[in-house]
Amino acid sequence: MPEPRDCDAVVIGTGPAGATAADVLTSAGWSVIMLEKGRNHLLSLEAPYGPLGHVSNDEIKFNRRHFLGPDPFLEPRSYRRDEADGDRLFAGDVNNLPSTVGGGGFHADGKLPRFRSVDFKARSELGPIEGADIVDWPLDYDEMEPYYAEAERLIGVAGDANGNPFAEWRSGPYPMPPGADMFGAVLTTEAATRLGYHPYRAPTGVNSVPYDGRPACNNCGFCAFYGCPIEAKGDPVAPLRNALRTGRCEIRVDACVEQVLLDAAGKSARGVRYRDIAGVDHEISARVVVVAGGAWETPRLLLRSEIANSSDLIGRYLMYHFQTFVIGQFPFRLHGHRGRSVTHLHDDHMIIDDDVLAFARENGLPYFRGGLTEHGGGGSPVMEGIYTAPGLTHTREMLDSKMRDRLWAFTVQGEDLPQITNRIDLDPSVRDVHGFAAGRATYDVHPHEVVASRYMAPRLEAIMRDAGADSTFVASSPPLEGDRAGTRSASMSRHIMGTCRMGDDPATSVVDPWQRFHDVENMVCTDSSVFPTSTGYGPTLTIVALAIRACRDLAGLPKLTSVRPGS
Amino acid sequence: MPNFLTDHEHAVVSAAADRLIPPVDAHPGGAALGVADYVDNLLGAFTFDPPLIFAGGPFSGRFGGEASFSQFMPLSPNEEIAWRTRVEGSRGLPGREFNGPTRGWQDIYRAGIAALGDDFCSLVGDEQDRRLHEQPELRRTLYVHACEGAYGAPEYGGNRALAGWHAIGFEGDVQPRGYTDDEVTRRA
Ligand SMILES: Cc1cc2nc3c(=O)[nH]c(=O)nc-3n(C[C@H](O)[C@H](O)[C@H](O)COP(=O)(O)OP(=O)(O)OC[C@H]3O[C@@H](n4cnc5c(N)ncnc54)[C@H](O)[C@@H]3O)c2cc1C
Ligand code: SF4
Repeated sequence: MPEPRDCDAVVIGTGPAGATAADVLTSAGWSVIMLEKGRNHLLSLEAPYGPLGHVSNDEIKFNRRHFLGPDPFLEPRSYRRDEADGDRLFAGDVNNLPSTVGGGGFHADGKLPRFRSVDFKARSELGPIEGADIVDWPLDYDEMEPYYAEAERLIGVAGDANGNPFAEWRSGPYPMPPGADMFGAVLTTEAATRLGYHPYRAPTGVNSVPYDGRPACNNCGFCAFYGCPIEAKGDPVAPLRNALRTGRCEIRVDACVEQVLLDAAGKSARGVRYRDIAGVDHEISARVVVVAGGAWETPRLLLRSEIANSSDLIGRYLMYHFQTFVIGQFPFRLHGHRGRSVTHLHDDHMIIDDDVLAFARENGLPYFRGGLTEHGGGGSPVMEGIYTAPGLTHTREMLDSKMRDRLWAFTVQGEDLPQITNRIDLDPSVRDVHGFAAGRATYDVHPHEVVASRYMAPRLEAIMRDAGADSTFVASSPPLEGDRAGTRSASMSRHIMGTCRMGDDPATSVVDPWQRFHDVENMVCTDSSVFPTSTGYGPTLTIVALAIRACRDLAGLPKLTSVRPGS
Repeated sequence: MPNFLTDHEHAVVSAAADRLIPPVDAHPGGAALGVADYVDNLLGAFTFDPPLIFAGGPFSGRFGGEASFSQFMPLSPNEEIAWRTRVEGSRGLPGREFNGPTRGWQDIYRAGIAALGDDFCSLVGDEQDRRLHEQPELRRTLYVHACEGAYGAPEYGGNRALAGWHAIGFEGDVQPRGYTDDEVTRRA
């Protein structure tokens, strides 16, 4: 007789990856315990699981005081570019995503595009690039389509199925029509169209009409980096509430998983040990362990647990998006603080044409891809103040608001190539408040990202000027020093991928095509750690779609299928 | 009545805030915006229960809904460690020094204000600027706090009469009213 266990599955992390896993597994009848190291400000854990009222339009609380965690004093991370930089360049906030019930989904502004076919097959369709390990994903778009459709229904995505000429086929429309266009985006999309680009209304995980018992967005503008006070953002409140409503899901907060525990033979997981807020350790036994701590914390936990790493690839192939910011200053006000932070996108910089190839060859590359370009505005006044110099000119510049109300920005989420030397590991001396070794990012850019950025920037500046900007400037994340990542700040990208790469071969990957660890048969990873390449699209819809696929398989539910219209 | 600062220190912080965020025409500077009250609430945050760190939610009442920002939220034990360390410094306590000692804001302000001189408030502006430049840690810390106090929610003690937001054309927190689609899309 099998020993009684605390639950069928223990899920580590309550972000989009963990929330989706809990939703799918509880719907299949499994009992689930979710462990979250942060606090809960998202939803009541008592029926009917309503909002808590903790979320507010408050720049100090959300942007200045780490309300959603992690507080960099309590949980520092460190950063360096390579070993020549020493143990670290600094410790503090490095790529922090919220550590709280809901994870980064809590305060993302939720542009949720699908990938395209080529994104899963970059190695075979585009080819290798020296210094990077570009590989195909062990799955393709046609297989993913029904999971994308299901993810869009689950979260509630508003979008225009016909808006993006580069988009892949779809089995149906978006669940909701797009929400309101921001004024600045109207200007930049008109200009982009005039110059031959193809902007479209961003598919967004924000209700444009009431959906799933939650209201429509009212455009309050405290969107990216804030939670939604009225629950118009569906991710990940929708899957968490679904899971809780089954009565089979328990969420424990302030519960930091210290280690995944294996059985005596070392081939399967028997559960986890976590530390509660009082510093007391607890063990949970489970049939299956779902790791969903995000692509930064997942490898840190697994390295701390010293498991699943026969490939020596845990933590490696860390990828961000290389962000190119092209900023325009306008002679009139744009009120970018109204609306959902970003309302339009264009994919043109993901497309390889003759100009791209020529520029690539001039710069010693076979090709390059840029990324999704976001048309966005906003900016918060405290931040504007801090970026404005103190003293005599301060108040006049604030009254004029060049850095906020007259500013519009393109942000390119540029594809970042997988390099084996870019990695998360454990810092040799920096500690978190629990006494655990801090995670450390070792990261430098590949010439691909730098060349792509230098190609796109002047083209985007031309769009900005055509839209009416008086002046433009360009910045990047990470900031560059010459052709290398800078020493003074890490990447600001909150799109974090790689670190437990998915593949068929246990020698060259960490998880299999169903996201099970090659080394630990009953452990699954549902976060973007598993991404083999980064593409130039936001990761979250693909995280959710993959989690649905992996967890349905785990629970023995049938595969989802879809029909291509006209086929 | 100040929570941490003495009346004299409060006056010095006000005068210094007016040099960093000066009044222009009819627009108030850091002093009239209440930066010193903001700083005093932060330095004295733990004389209140719950401490004045995270304002409540979901609404301020300025655009409808029940006003709840002024009901501050309790901290978790770890959040209390982090915020007491920032405010009070690590004071040799092992629980606050797992990565080494931290100098607290209370100390930075108290020592920095003393170093500005007893006569700071009565000096001409150029001389105030010169002395502030000689206290870079205070100046840096105060500037960030001055921006928070001038342009953040008034429940934290600054942005008096919302004048910080009015001056720069920012409506502030607008939930639960929000903006209509037309207010988002059309030219201002
Ligand atoms: C401002 C902003 C805007 C964004 N916009 C977009 C966008 O437009 N489109 C897009 O695709 N993506 C966007 N993102 C990124 C998106 O938020 C992430 O891709 C997503 O949150 C990742 O989900 P996840 O569940 O894998 O990890 P996370 O959201 O990071 O969640 C992981 C959770 O696990 C918990 N955890 C980790 N380790 C442990 C442990 N040992 N024990 C217990 N709990 C643990 C963490 O506390 C956290 O709550 C944005 C992010 C930000 C910050
Ligand atoms: S803009 Fe809309 S989705 Fe974003 S926080 Fe405000 S109401 Fe919520």
